[in-house]
Formats: sequence, C-alpha cells, structure tokens
Amino acid sequence: MSLRGRVALVGAFEHPRRHAPDRTQYQLMAESARGALEDAGLGIRDVDGLCTSGVGPIGILSLAQHLDLRPDWLDSQAIGGSSFVSHCLHAAAAISAGLCTVALVLYGSTAASDRFAIGTGGHGGGDPADQFEAPFGPTIVGSYALVAQRHMHEYGTTSAQLAEIAVTMRRHAGRNPDAKYREPITVDDVLASRVISSPLHLLDCCMISDGGGALVLTSAERARDCRKPPVAILGAAEAVRHQGVGRHDLLDVAARQSGPLALARAGARHDDVDVCLLYDSYTITVLVTLEALGFCAPGDGGAFVSDGRIALGGALPVNTDGGGLSSNHPGMRGIFLVIEAVRQLRGERGAAQVADAEVALVHGTGGMLGQRHSGVTLVLGKA
Amino acid sequence: MSEAKPQRKPLPRIDEESRPWWEALARRELYVQACGSCGTRRLPPRALCPACLSSAVRWLRCSGRGVVYAHTVTFQNQAPGFREALPYVLAIVELEEGPRLMTNVVGCDPRAVRTGMPVEVVFEDVTPEVTLATFRPA
Repeated sequence: MSLRGRVALVGAFEHPRRHAPDRTQYQLMAESARGALEDAGLGIRDVDGLCTSGVGPIGILSLAQHLDLRPDWLDSQAIGGSSFVSHCLHAAAAISAGLCTVALVLYGSTAASDRFAIGTGGHGGGDPADQFEAPFGPTIVGSYALVAQRHMHEYGTTSAQLAEIAVTMRRHAGRNPDAKYREPITVDDVLASRVISSPLHLLDCCMISDGGGALVLTSAERARDCRKPPVAILGAAEAVRHQGVGRHDLLDVAARQSGPLALARAGARHDDVDVCLLYDSYTITVLVTLEALGFCAPGDGGAFVSDGRIALGGALPVNTDGGGLSSNHPGMRGIFLVIEAVRQLRGERGAAQVADAEVALVHGTGGMLGQRHSGVTLVLGKA
Repeated sequence: MSEAKPQRKPLPRIDEESRPWWEALARRELYVQACGSCGTRRLPPRALCPACLSSAVRWLRCSGRGVVYAHTVTFQNQAPGFREALPYVLAIVELEEGPRLMTNVVGCDPRAVRTGMPVEVVFEDVTPEVTLATFRPA
C-alpha cells in the first residue's frame, strides 16, 4: 500500500520570534500549536496524535500535560534535527493506518536565550560510541568539517564554492522579514570570517536562535474541509549512516538512500522538483545533500551551487526563507523546512515566492554528519 | 575554598564491551577486533560481529601505522580541557589493518596535516587506567 497522496499538511506555523527570553520552551510550542491549528481551521480538541522532539526522553508526556492532550498516537522521535521531518512520514503512516486522525507536530527551543553553544560546546558522553570519540574533542562543527575537508580532498571543492551557499541563503533571508540576519554578505565576507573548524568559517555555520514551529497533518479526505489548500505528502523515506565497522565513506550520507526512495515512492523525478528545503546546519551539509539526493553528480556540488542555480529565480531554489544560516536555527531545524515547503506550495511567500511551485523536496539531516547521522526526505505537492 | 584545578578533557566511559581494548591501550598496545567466525575486522570494539552476529572474537595487534583519512583544525571548543588546547587537529585515521578511528594528530603544526599523510600511534597516558591512541607524522 502506498502512502502517496493519502495524507496532507493542512496547518503550518513558524513562530516569528528569534529571541524569546520572556518565553518558555513549552510556551513557544503552545503558541505555535495555536498558530498552526488556526491556519488549518481546526481546534486543539481535534488533535488525537502528538509528535515532538528535543524535549528529553519522556518530555512528550510533559508536553501532553501542558496542552492537556490525551492523544491516541505519539511519536517523540529522537534522531536529531531531522526528527520533525520524520514525524511527517510517521504521521502519514499512522493516519493512513487509522491510528489517529489529526496529528500535531510541535517544536520549541530557547537555545539562544539559554546561551547554549550547540556547535562548539563539545558533545558526547551519552552513547557507547562516544567513549571512542569524546576524548579527542569532536565538536558538531568539527564533525561536519571532516566531511567538508574530505570533499575538498576528493573533488577539489573550494571554500569559495561553499561560501556561495551562505551568500545565497543570506540573499533569500533579505526577502524574509522574520529572518534574523538580512544584510547581504559576499563570498569574501565568508572567507574573511574566522575559521571555527577548518575548512568551515563562522559564516559557513548556522546561527543559534530561539524559535518554535508547528505542523498539522490529517487525511486527504478531511483536508478538503480545512481552511487552506492542502499540501499532499507524495513520498517520504528515512535513513541513517554511521561508522559501522570502521570503514565508512564520509561522503556516503544518508540522503543517498532516503532521497531516491522518497522520489520513487512519490512517483516523481528530479526535474519535477520546483523548490528544495535542505537542512543547512553548515554550507557543506547543503552541498553533500544536493549530490546525495541526485540533483548533481558526486563531486559536482561545488559547481552546481555557484552559478545562481540554487537562488530564487534559479533552476532549483534552495531554502527560500534563508535557512538556518540566515533565518533561524534553534538547534533542531527540521520543522522549518516543512513549514517553508508548505508556504511555498500554497503560494504564500510574496517576495520569496517560487513561481508556480507545485512540488517541493524537503531533506532533514540530524546528528553529526562525520560520525552518525539521520536523513529524512519528504516529497510534497499541491493536492 | 576551591583551588584552580587543571581542566581535564572528558575520559572515556569504559564499558564491558570495550574494556579489553582500553586495557590493551593502557599497556601501550593497539588492537582491532576480527570476527572469529567470518573474519570481518571492526572498530570500535563490540561483543558481536555485525556481519554474522558471532560472539567469537580475535584481537589483532596493530602495527600502529596508518594514514590520515580526514582532518580538521579545531579553533573553537568551549568544553573544558579543549579550550585550553586550541587549536588542535581532530582526525580520522585509517589503520594499516583497515578500520578507521577518530583521534588527534599531534606533534606537528596543525596546518601541516594532510589527507593521506602517513602517521604512527602515540600512546598518551591520561590516567593510570586510560591511555589514548593519538597519532603523529611518521
């Protein structure tokens, strides 16, 4: 049985705040829930499925209490920033199987107000694998930097090519009034910013902001009664990559598995895709994701991003909201990829609208690209 | 009342599956595991072979030689122990025996590290129980 077109995204809301020291994490979630349910024309009592991540191992129980929800179906997926993209896949399956009828996906974070140094604060210490890594000081930036360095070594990719991605995201943010950083930057600005973990500069790295977001999903039938045109889930897939027995190719990222599978499930081809929303934790993430999804050949990513192709007005606009590099990044950005895809397919983006956008591809990356990571691809279309 | 203590990098959380490996490092010996059934070599160490799920393990003593597979010079890390050590080289080294491991390349200018550079193990004693396998240009 295919999931194609059976479930739709009917509500999407991105919390406009980038700095919210006066808000709690759950408050950002509740305000986002209100926004997305209003957007859908549904009420909180319609919700019988709940998804969240980034709230601790059993935090979804506290969130259910906070909203006084007693859902029939729950998913607190924990595979990093891609978790919210994964929620959409899982909710589509759950709704198709009749496990719930209206699923609410929630995210909130006060990472910036908490002064949480996500990328450079050191990490590890939790999982068995960390004992073989943490003593050597792998930051999250460092983990992605290893992939960037290896890509440069194998293919001659340059820092200037990676910088093109940051410059493009910033240009897109200039058209997004909610974006945190809107002043244009140049390739030289990126290259002149300090190196955090070579070859990645400060401006190759996403920001840390506060934020929140929410999505509402329901069956295609019920979606017809919602307030706005539904956005159909055409295909979806998820994958993981890791060191395995110690022979992993750093450039074989999870998107290489999830991308083709999601497109096949959607019955879509690459040239059907009008807009891409790709997790841009770092510039390198976008480049290797484009290659792994099959939009260009391995090694061609540097050239692919350098001639305006991924900018608004180009053949394949990427991250039309400015992404995590320039709009917002509260630690786990996957939900904002889906929110922007929904807004694009509804034609709501004004100055940042991709003309006649009918098919959007979302890809979330979670975890540490150079160590262990997840990848989740969604193909969405006008219903 | 608190004296300024030198900040220490995190110690590995040694567990039942990894203890023989860490004990060998404390003796300044580096090993990879090889499945006693199908021969698949593996790092990090673990009790069962992921290829065939056999519990039979052979420990293969490494030469200590390898090459740099990927590397990054870390200029920013707020974590105690590392912020005092900046800049340092985080690397993945491919051992002569096959498996790769995360490590630091030491004993040279961080900017001199190159992919494919031959390296050799340096045993760095951290505590009486913990010795790390770092690498330097060979």
